[in-house]
Amino acid sequence: MTLENTLGAEEIPKGRTLYWKCKIVLVELDRKSQGVMDQDVQSSFCGFAIYYCISTTLLRELSNRIDGRQTYDYRNIKITFGTEYGCCIVELGKTRVLGQVSCELVAPKMNRPTEGILFFNLELSSMASPAFESGRSSELLVKLNRLLERCLRNSKCIDTESLCVQAGEKVWQIRVDLHLLNHEGNIMDAASIAAVAALCHFRRPDVSVQGEEVTVYSPEERDPVPLSIHHMPICVSFAFFQQGTFLLVDPSEREERVMDGLLVIAMNKHREICTIQSSGGIMLLKDQVLRCSKVAGVKVAEITELIQKALENDKKVRKEGGKFGFAESLPDQKITALKIEKSPVDTSDVEGKAEEIISRSEPPSDCYKASGVGCWYCPDWRGHWKCMGGDIEESEDEEDDDLETSSVFPESHKVIDKPAKKNPEANSMQAFICLALRRGFHRATLT
Amino acid sequence: MSSVQDAVDQVVLPGDVLLLPVQAADAPLSLSAAASDTKRMRVVCGPGLVRHGEDLQVTKCGLLRHREPAVYWVESHQKRYVPVKGDHVIGIVTMKSGDIFRLDVAGSDQASLSFLAFEGATKKNRPNVKVGDLVYGQFIVANKDMEPELACIDGSGKANGMGVIGLDGFMFKVSLGLVRKLLTPQNDIIQELMNVFPMELVIGMNGRIWIKAKTIQQTLIVANILEACEYLTAAQRKQVFAKFSD
Repeated sequence: MTLENTLGAEEIPKGRTLYWKCKIVLVELDRKSQGVMDQDVQSSFCGFAIYYCISTTLLRELSNRIDGRQTYDYRNIKITFGTEYGCCIVELGKTRVLGQVSCELVAPKMNRPTEGILFFNLELSSMASPAFESGRSSELLVKLNRLLERCLRNSKCIDTESLCVQAGEKVWQIRVDLHLLNHEGNIMDAASIAAVAALCHFRRPDVSVQGEEVTVYSPEERDPVPLSIHHMPICVSFAFFQQGTFLLVDPSEREERVMDGLLVIAMNKHREICTIQSSGGIMLLKDQVLRCSKVAGVKVAEITELIQKALENDKKVRKEGGKFGFAESLPDQKITALKIEKSPVDTSDVEGKAEEIISRSEPPSDCYKASGVGCWYCPDWRGHWKCMGGDIEESEDEEDDDLETSSVFPESHKVIDKPAKKNPEANSMQAFICLALRRGFHRATLT
Repeated sequence: MSSVQDAVDQVVLPGDVLLLPVQAADAPLSLSAAASDTKRMRVVCGPGLVRHGEDLQVTKCGLLRHREPAVYWVESHQKRYVPVKGDHVIGIVTMKSGDIFRLDVAGSDQASLSFLAFEGATKKNRPNVKVGDLVYGQFIVANKDMEPELACIDGSGKANGMGVIGLDGFMFKVSLGLVRKLLTPQNDIIQELMNVFPMELVIGMNGRIWIKAKTIQQTLIVANILEACEYLTAAQRKQVFAKFSD
């Protein structure tokens, strides 16, 4: 399965889209591959960086990385679009970038009266990592912003002439704001994917010009129009270790801390290099750069395919009137792993009661106003951050096995179990309400 | 607005105001021993709660927890550590300056650690701590206005498991919720994991975990399993462990 085996033979397998599939992956190391993993990890510290001294001998046969990936593996990429046009979140492993495109009618630049204006801005908030200070532009931030501009603006991937409304008078200014939500390495790749995906997703209001008069139509009057995009440049980062002896694709945060050099290649699916930047002051051989660009070609093709698939899915769902937006694509992760004592729940004729409750119940929004207290009280679900998917039957099964919650103190169980035993009927009702509300419930609390 | 008792083990959101049980407000305040007999209860606000006049205001979203007699806190998903007195944490030595070491404990400020706060350390007999070492210690000072301070001895001067952690092994960061979960007495994760991979393990309340298994490969497997455990149910977890135990 590894690319490196086939790389020498000048052939890189195409269409390996399998492992891009977005899923919550339990990292499972390939035990069969006896390739020795050699991160002899000394947690030595210097300033902020933990140095993982990756010893030489083992790196030569490096087949597995700290997170179990192979040398040329990307982490899982997930692209989700928001309810509004031009809004997307890209997850690259645990690195998350939010992209938002907006537009505005402005006067064009004097020297280019017929061209629209593109503006890119990446922000590293301290929410992403404690190492980032908000309100201060660090060297890294400047570097990333510059690279992003070179990758997207200078490659002329967007037809700026089509953004002209009135030559010399009014043009569209397209602004792409990227926010790093979580930093787990390789910000550049995630940001470039987010920027491209958001731009492709974006629709600007339609305008018409009659003489001197410019009319901007609201989305209700006329359908907004997509931007005309020539190609999709995507950055692929390569980390080099030991003065370029070893390289990795998509370095994680830990790998970034110890790498000697970084090579970023921005490419589109036609294998045209849009930008190439090497930093860290390492001497690269011609072969290495060629090899990297070859790998980048494969990766870019796969990522482009993924973006297009995500865009298609979003379009389809919108057309069909299904549910879309960030909340719909949140993985249903529960923070549960403990077990508690069994607590039998009377679930005979639950369905009848549930119908009854639903017919009598108020709309869920009122429940939120009750600020999450007492409204869907239910001891059996108490520890769950989110209630389980599936129906009541399923939940019964679970209760028969050992039920897990994240509640920590057994004393508290005793306290609340009392009303539950007194009134098992109410209990099951609440379980149902809990299930019925689960969607809105975790949206309200966890996003 | 609802009463605190009703909200226990429920989801609370920032801005929620929780009413404390009505106390005998007019109970006589006196300095005599008899004062303890009155019904006034001392309410302790844990993380995520602040006093709001007579009530509690929620500042984090999560589950409201309660312990007798009147300790309340909000259990939430969090990654950033805030030092708390008495917490055991893993720190990384960043600097040696005179009589103290500076440690990065993943909080907003660095913590200090006196070289005398090791078992058997004297002015002559300095502990062997180098920059870059991992140290497992306990907070003895943790105020919001002061630099936190660590010690590697307990009240009786014994190390009690604290001190410098060996050179090899692997340290990684997880969320604070996972650490709390791993440290609760009711959970089986560590025990089950130990059955599969015998290992040494240090868990710091600041979200840092250090492990050392037989081989590097095993160490990495364990690290990845532990990270994944956050969102696994007991059944899923057993499945995973079964896969590795054969």
